[in-house]
Formats: sequence, structure tokens, C-alpha cells
Amino acid sequence: MFYRESGDFKTSYAKDQQTFPIKLDRYGVYIILAFAFLVVPFIINDYWEKSVIIPFLVWSMAALGLNILTGYCGQVSLGTGGFLAVGAYACYKLMIAFPGMNMFIVVILAGLITAIVGIAFGLPSLRIKGFYLAVATLASQFFLIWLFNKVPWFYNYSASGMITAPEREVFGIVVTGPSAESWATYLFCLILVTIFAFVARNLTRGRIGRSWMAIRDMDIAAEIIGVPPLQAKLSAFAVSSFYIGMSGALMFGLYLGSAEPGEAFGIDKSFLVLFMIIIGGLGSILGSFLGAAFLILVPVLMKNIMVGAFGWPADLAAHLEFVFIGGLIMFFLIVEPHGIAQMWRMTKEKLRLWPFPH
Amino acid sequence: MSPLFLNALEVILNGLMTGVMYSLVALGFVLIYKASGIFNYAQGVMALFAALTLVGFQTGQIPFAHLINAIFGTNVHHWGAGMPTFLAIIFTLGVMVLFAWLLEKIVLRHMVNQAPIILFMTTIGLAYFMEGFGDLMWGADIKTMDVGLPSGGSFWLEDFTKGWAAEGTEYYGMYIDVLDVWAAGIAVLLVIALTLFSQYTKTGRALRAVADDHQAALTVGISLRTIWIIVWSLAGFVALVAGIMWGSKSGVQFSLSLIALKALPVLILGGFTSIPGAIVGGLIIGVGEKLFEFSVGSMIGGATENWFAYVLALAFLMFRPQGLFGEKIIERV
Repeated sequence: MFYRESGDFKTSYAKDQQTFPIKLDRYGVYIILAFAFLVVPFIINDYWEKSVIIPFLVWSMAALGLNILTGYCGQVSLGTGGFLAVGAYACYKLMIAFPGMNMFIVVILAGLITAIVGIAFGLPSLRIKGFYLAVATLASQFFLIWLFNKVPWFYNYSASGMITAPEREVFGIVVTGPSAESWATYLFCLILVTIFAFVARNLTRGRIGRSWMAIRDMDIAAEIIGVPPLQAKLSAFAVSSFYIGMSGALMFGLYLGSAEPGEAFGIDKSFLVLFMIIIGGLGSILGSFLGAAFLILVPVLMKNIMVGAFGWPADLAAHLEFVFIGGLIMFFLIVEPHGIAQMWRMTKEKLRLWPFPH
Repeated sequence: MSPLFLNALEVILNGLMTGVMYSLVALGFVLIYKASGIFNYAQGVMALFAALTLVGFQTGQIPFAHLINAIFGTNVHHWGAGMPTFLAIIFTLGVMVLFAWLLEKIVLRHMVNQAPIILFMTTIGLAYFMEGFGDLMWGADIKTMDVGLPSGGSFWLEDFTKGWAAEGTEYYGMYIDVLDVWAAGIAVLLVIALTLFSQYTKTGRALRAVADDHQAALTVGISLRTIWIIVWSLAGFVALVAGIMWGSKSGVQFSLSLIALKALPVLILGGFTSIPGAIVGGLIIGVGEKLFEFSVGSMIGGATENWFAYVLALAFLMFRPQGLFGEKIIERV
């Protein structure tokens, strides 16, 4: 019934290589994108923008970045929070230094700066592997946060030590700062996330993505068959940091508006992104989005139910949230270590055969 | 002797004491890693949970009082009477053993044969779960712990060292917390006890057998599940000791669970599989970060203790990827 591929023959290389080879997938993506671009901007309100949709988009970007590094290249990183901070501070300094610059360029430049920092912190990965690397990446987390706290140049010598996003424009439309309209910030985020999700999808399908996966599956074997580990690992660190840096820039500029490094980009954020890709699915672009959606929506939902409907105290709800998310992580790792994306893949397989059992 | 030298000496001594405290947490990691190959991130949270439970028993709190009050609209807090410290410690140990048993039953038995990194992430999930669960059970407010250990500066040492400085200089003697000395003593006892246990008891031998080779241990009739329960209980016991020490030092609160993060560089410095490594690594990190803060820290803004341990471990790993005492990593295709 669904996902029938009969009659979906490919007659050209272009068709064979398109991003979504199955027709139903393709139309599904078109419909979602059309809805997101053409309908949502007109119905979005401030609450949905600030507490659901923008966080979802921003964290999806971060999850995409970490998934490239951990899911595709197999290098576990606990330094995501530090790289988010680099993106945020790079964005801030660029916004201050070039007030007339288009925000798109600012965000992408912030990503590039983070990519350079990422390469520097990725260098040890050539010698250190597994847990040892995970612990080593903690160095970037704590060192970078400390740096942004202690060097006044980064926060422009402001008295509070915080950075606050000034108003900046894209083609004359204000997208950052307190007076930005909901739809403008939303569309700005959406455009970036859509473009770079497509880029990520195609990167991982191509030569470079395959070299990452070869390194992930067995680095020595990959080296022997001619995948250069230096290039593969460092490019994974660079691309991953680029995404995380952009996410950090968006998080600071559009979502939080102001930030203090220890609080906004602490170690708990590193774990949050890691959880997103575990729950969503390691090594899956769709999984990054699903994981981000899950971990952003579930707490909002739980809070609304427990505090709003039952009238329980907020701290109790926060504790239950911890218990629930922790339990969920363990549940997923036991039942489906490949996350929600794998469940979706299984569903597709089943739909393809339906109504026949085999 | 010049006061600067004496100050440096004092910093080194205090660093050693802090290092011992790190080692206490790192020990729990090594125990579990050796026996089951699981890198247990939740060790720090286990220490927090054990400390919370101990204080809860001591002061006679009702578990889950918050939740009960929220659901039934009651207002209960305490039983009215607490337990004596000794009894409370025994009960807390019981809780930790129960926890180990439940963990094996519900989680670990399904995780056999999974990749190490998946197991690691499971323990991160476990850490989140226990953190929320502990707060839910005993409340999130900061508690003080008093198990009768002495604390505060040692006047004897202050008087004793006062005369060391050269004539005419202002020097007021060294400050060392008595509690730290106690912690060091207890850590030494703990290591001796653990070594004796693993060398001279039947269970200990079984533990070492499992650590050496899971399959060979299974074929000679050692039950892996029992061993895992024992190991996690042991780790719970070490967590309790660490929880008591850290809790008495800085209060029982959320930040207690963050010492697990500090134990990680200790571990990679010493090697995951070595108990002496955990001790030596802890001492190096403790002294290193205190000395760095003392000598360089004030010049570059202070609070370098936050990251120095990690950077030191990172630099160290570049030259010896398996740590000081770890087994050499051999890789094959």
C-alpha cells in the first residue's frame, strides 16, 4: 500500500543519485517543508516560537553536528558545550565589530571560527581513542568555558560578564534582539537549518561521509584500505564543530538573547546533545531531528501536565523529568540502541511488505 | 626556610589530601571497569545518592515525602526520630546492595555483548536517573552531614610549623584540615581491605577471574550475574565512603555528583584497570592542580582548577595513551 517501489524505476543517473530516492519520502519532505515555510510563519505566536520551535531548530543543528562526529565518525565528544560557547562568542564579537553585516554571514562565519577551534581540539583524536578521547574532550569543555569567563575581551569588558545580542538585520528585517518579530526569527532559523540539513545528508552519502563511516567501523582496517585517518577525523571534527558553532550562534543570537558561559553552555548541555543523538539515532540525519524534538518537547509537555494540570511544585516536576529522561535513555539503549530513526526504518520495512507477512 | 617555600609545601600537602579524595571516587570506577568492562559514569552520582540516603536515615526523613505530599495533599516530612550513625550506615549499605541487585536485574543483564561505548552511555542515563531519583526521594536542599569525624584546622600542626620560618618573617603555620587527614587514612585502609579481599577470599578470586576473561570464568562455573551484583555493591560501598568524606567536607548537594568528572582525568592518568593507578593518578592531579593554581593561576585570572586536570590528562595521553599503569592497548584488524 505504502512505500511500493514498483513502477519507481530509475532511468537516469541524476534520479539514481537524488537525495531522497523513494517517491513517498520525497513528497513527505516537500509537504513538511511547504508547511514549515508557507503556513507556520503566519500562525506562529510568541510562546510557540520562544519555547518550542526555535529551541527545536537550534538544538537540531547542534545534534546534527554531534551526530556527524559521534554517529558517523565514531568519535565520542563531551565537549559540545564548549563549541557552542565558541560559536556564541564568535557571533557576538562579529555582531559588535561589523554592525551592518548580514546575519546569515555572521552565523556562517561563527561556524567557521568554531570549525578552526574544533580542528585544534580534534588533533588528540589521532592518538587517543574511545573513552580516553571522551575524557580528553572534556578538556575543551572546561577550558573554553573558563577562557570565556576570564578573558574580558570576549565579553567586551561588560560589567556583568554576560553577552547580550544587539539588534541585527537580514535584508532590512530585524532578526535578533528584543524587537525581532516571531516569524522573522523563525524563518531565519528554518532557512539555515534546512540548507545545512541537506548539506549534511549529502555529505554523509558521499566520499567524505563514507570515509568517516569506515573510520567509525574500524579505523585500522580503514587505514589499510587507504582512508587517511588524519583527513577523515579532522574533517569530521571540522564539519561537526562548524554545525555546532552555527547552533551556538543561533542559540545566543536568536534564542537566548543573552548568555553567560557557565550557565548557558555548561557540561549538562554537552550531555543533552549526546542524549538527543542516542535517542534519535546515531548515524542518522533524521535521527538528529527526532532526538532534538523528543528531548525538547517531552520536558515542555511534562512540565505543562505536572505543573499546569496537576498543580505540583515545579522542583518536583524537574526531578521527575530527570528520572524520566534517565530511564528513557536506558530503555532506548536496551530495546533499540539505534534510536527512533531505526524504529522508523523498521516501520518502513513493514509498510513495504504490508499486508503480507513475508 | 622562606615563607614562600613553606607555602608551596603547604599547597603540596593540601594537594595530596585532595588527591586522595579524588582517588576515592576513582577507585569505584576501577572496580567496576575491571570486573565488567563498564565505564561507570554514574559513580559520582552513586556517591551523592549514598550520602543523601545516609543523611536521610540519620535525620529520619520520610522517603518521597515531596511526591506523597503532592499526590495526596498531605504534609509529612519526618518520622519523628532518626537513627544512630552506625545503624544508618548499615541501612545505607543495604540500600546500595539492593540498588546493585535491581540494576543487574533490570538493566545490565540486557546489555551483555553491547559495545563499550553503548554501556558507557547507559551509565550516563543511569546517572541522570539516580540524580533525579535521589532528589525525589530525599529532597534537593543542601544537607549537612555529621558522622562524628573531626574537622577544622589542626592547631597542633600550625604551632609545630610556625617555628620553621626564618627569623623575622611573618609566618603563621600551615593549615591542614583534620578531616582530610582522616580521609587519607580511611582511603589507605580501604585500598588495603580491597586488596586483601581480592587476593585472599574465594569471591575475590572469582572477581579477578572475571576481570581476566569473562568466558573462561563462565566455563569454570563462576556466575557472571552474581559477580556483577557483588561488584556493583562494592562500588556502592566505595561510593558511600566517598560520599561520607565529600559530604562531611562540603555538604551533601548536587555538586557532589560533579566530582565524578574530576575522577575521569585521574583515571586516564592512572589507567582504567589499576587500583594503584587510581591512587597515584589522584595524587598527581591533586598536587598538580593545586601547585598550578598557586604558581600560575593568580597570573591568568584564577580558578584554573576547573580545567587543569583535563588538560594535564590530555597532554599526558599524547605520550602514553594507556595511562601510567594501564594495560598496553594492542590493536588488530
